[in-house]
Amino acid sequence: MSQEITALPQTDILPPDAPAGHIAATPAATETKVSVASQWQLMRWRFKKHKLAVVSLYVIALLVFVALFVEFLAPVDPDKDAELYKYVSPQGVSFFDQNHDFHLIPGVYGLKGSRNPETLRLSYVPDKTEWHQFAFFVHGYPYKMWGVVQTDIHFFGLKNAPPDTPFFLLGSDRLGRDMFSRIIYGTRISLTIGIVSVIASLVLGILLGGISGYYGGPVDVVIQRVIEFVRSLPQIPLWLVLGASLPAGWTSVQVFFAITLVLAMIEWTGLARAVRGRFLALREEDFVMAARFSGASERRIIFRHMLPSFLSHIIATLTLAIPRIIIFETTLSFLGLGLRPPAVSWGVLLQEAQNVQTVALSPWLLMPAFAVIVTILAFNFMGDGLRDAADPYGR
Amino acid sequence: MLQYIGRRLLFMIPTLIVISIVSFVLIQLPPGDFLTSYASTLSQQGEGIDNAQLVALKQHYGLDQPVTVQYWKWISNIVFHGDFGQSLEWRQPVADLIWQRMGITLALTISTLIFTWLLAIPIGVYSATHQYSKGDYFFTFLGFLGLSVPSFMIALILMWVAFRYLGQDVGGLFSPEYRNAPWSFPKVINLLEHYWIPLVIAGLAGMAALIRTVRANLLDELNKPYVTAGRARGLSERKLIWEYPVRVAMNPFVSSAGFELPNLISGFTVIGIVLSLPMHGPLLYRALQSQDMYLAGAYILLLSTLTVVGVLVSDIVLAWLDPRIRYT
Repeated sequence: MSQEITALPQTDILPPDAPAGHIAATPAATETKVSVASQWQLMRWRFKKHKLAVVSLYVIALLVFVALFVEFLAPVDPDKDAELYKYVSPQGVSFFDQNHDFHLIPGVYGLKGSRNPETLRLSYVPDKTEWHQFAFFVHGYPYKMWGVVQTDIHFFGLKNAPPDTPFFLLGSDRLGRDMFSRIIYGTRISLTIGIVSVIASLVLGILLGGISGYYGGPVDVVIQRVIEFVRSLPQIPLWLVLGASLPAGWTSVQVFFAITLVLAMIEWTGLARAVRGRFLALREEDFVMAARFSGASERRIIFRHMLPSFLSHIIATLTLAIPRIIIFETTLSFLGLGLRPPAVSWGVLLQEAQNVQTVALSPWLLMPAFAVIVTILAFNFMGDGLRDAADPYGR
Repeated sequence: MLQYIGRRLLFMIPTLIVISIVSFVLIQLPPGDFLTSYASTLSQQGEGIDNAQLVALKQHYGLDQPVTVQYWKWISNIVFHGDFGQSLEWRQPVADLIWQRMGITLALTISTLIFTWLLAIPIGVYSATHQYSKGDYFFTFLGFLGLSVPSFMIALILMWVAFRYLGQDVGGLFSPEYRNAPWSFPKVINLLEHYWIPLVIAGLAGMAALIRTVRANLLDELNKPYVTAGRARGLSERKLIWEYPVRVAMNPFVSSAGFELPNLISGFTVIGIVLSLPMHGPLLYRALQSQDMYLAGAYILLLSTLTVVGVLVSDIVLAWLDPRIRYT
């Protein structure tokens, strides 16, 4: 075991399975560094070994940042529809203005509609006589940041453009709303629902799993039966039914919380199992016994001794639960049984892409799917890395 | 062994009872009872329902009595007469509707299961025996993707690709001209053209999980002394791997097999809706949208029962394979 640990501090340089010879180079220095390192330090070292997990951590940090500042980051009001610009394809970004002069900061051309003489379908082509440059911190539609600060400053937008200038970086939808801004807005709801549901299921999971694992006996048997029962239900049809049974008259906020609860009700079983398993394993550990002999109270044993040593596992399990919940929500909303417009989540946006014909003509409606895939992959990879790091003394 | 099976069967009964209660509660969730909405649908369509008929139906389902009696009527009709109630929207017995779609659902599910196994086992063995090779990394990546991307998105993207580049309309199982045609050779060809898409979509997610399980199990097994001993005695590599470690590595696999079938059926719900296949998924979806609750409740009941039975079967097979389980 000690040999394995000596390999850890150098992990930034060495691959995980580096031959022992490399370590022998600086044995003394490494040895002391490792033996004084805290548990969290060891975990950090191990986590850094998983390159994909580290990259994912930055991706998630970015996503959280986006979710926090959607109003500031989205250049166009996501609910503003434009009668004149329906199903506009993504506008290309160009460094050359209408006079073919090069600019360091790019911009977009204007749009002009033209009807296909055969299909009579309206399509948009760049209007090269008009060019609007990007600018940072521009004045756009007004909003209230976090419901407190009234402002109209946006991270970026078009410089000195009249308010109705078309600006569709990722195209527009059925009503001429900007997909780019809508995807940014979707980040907030999709991430929040993932995180809030996980927290709700964590509370249930820790409470019931902890009780089950700590007390054992008949309480344990009952809770385990309940968990087995919930897990034996066919999940997808069950969400559909629960999603469908929400009253049609509810506001989107009510639906949001109801869906969060529905997802948490199904998800908590996995967490309860993880917590119980950890509790059972730790209960037999020597250090718990030692604490008990020294006269520590139950509360102290649980919170001071047991909790810190399985917290890391719980965090890893939680991270892996978030992508699952995001998938649930997206699927439900996609089918029209989850969140409802005017709420904007990635699943709600994908509702627009239900019809193949529509998708074939306007493939950019599938864009929210890529946001979902990137998010899910990032959480999965980070969870994977955390799971490996959660037990720094193992292997 | 018999004692073990008997005990498991006994344990199943309370679970099934709870499942039936949950399904019944789901039926009751929407406001109003089924007959009132049935009568109102009929009158909306200009067809009156005479009072005598209404009273007869009311008595049949016990709607004038307390909820517990209603539950009992509902469940006893199912258990003793196979009567799942009437579908409001289709105006047909729920049981008929379900049986109509059972065939295609089972056919697709079982062929997907076979498809995933046929591909996943060799790939898993390859990944384990060629650990950290390029092929292994490729399949691991594919596995992660298959596990991460929701099946309906794969369906959407695949549909778009097939529509755009193959000029194929992939919804349903037949092209419109064959939908009501009698069976013939071109119709079979047409079926096969449509069949592969749901197969691949549903297979991909299951396959990803299977490959990872086979790989992990086999890697554990390959490091054991008996493999080295076999190799030292000059067994051919092929025989050495397939004859023993693969068989042992398949053990946990069996335990998931019983689970896999209901899982697949559940997974096909969404795929069926997106691809509009004549399966249970779209039917359940319609039922939920139009609050056709007897149909929806019957589905939940059937699917849950299927899951419980699936778990039971896999437990029995596992107990038969590994005697230690019977005595714990």
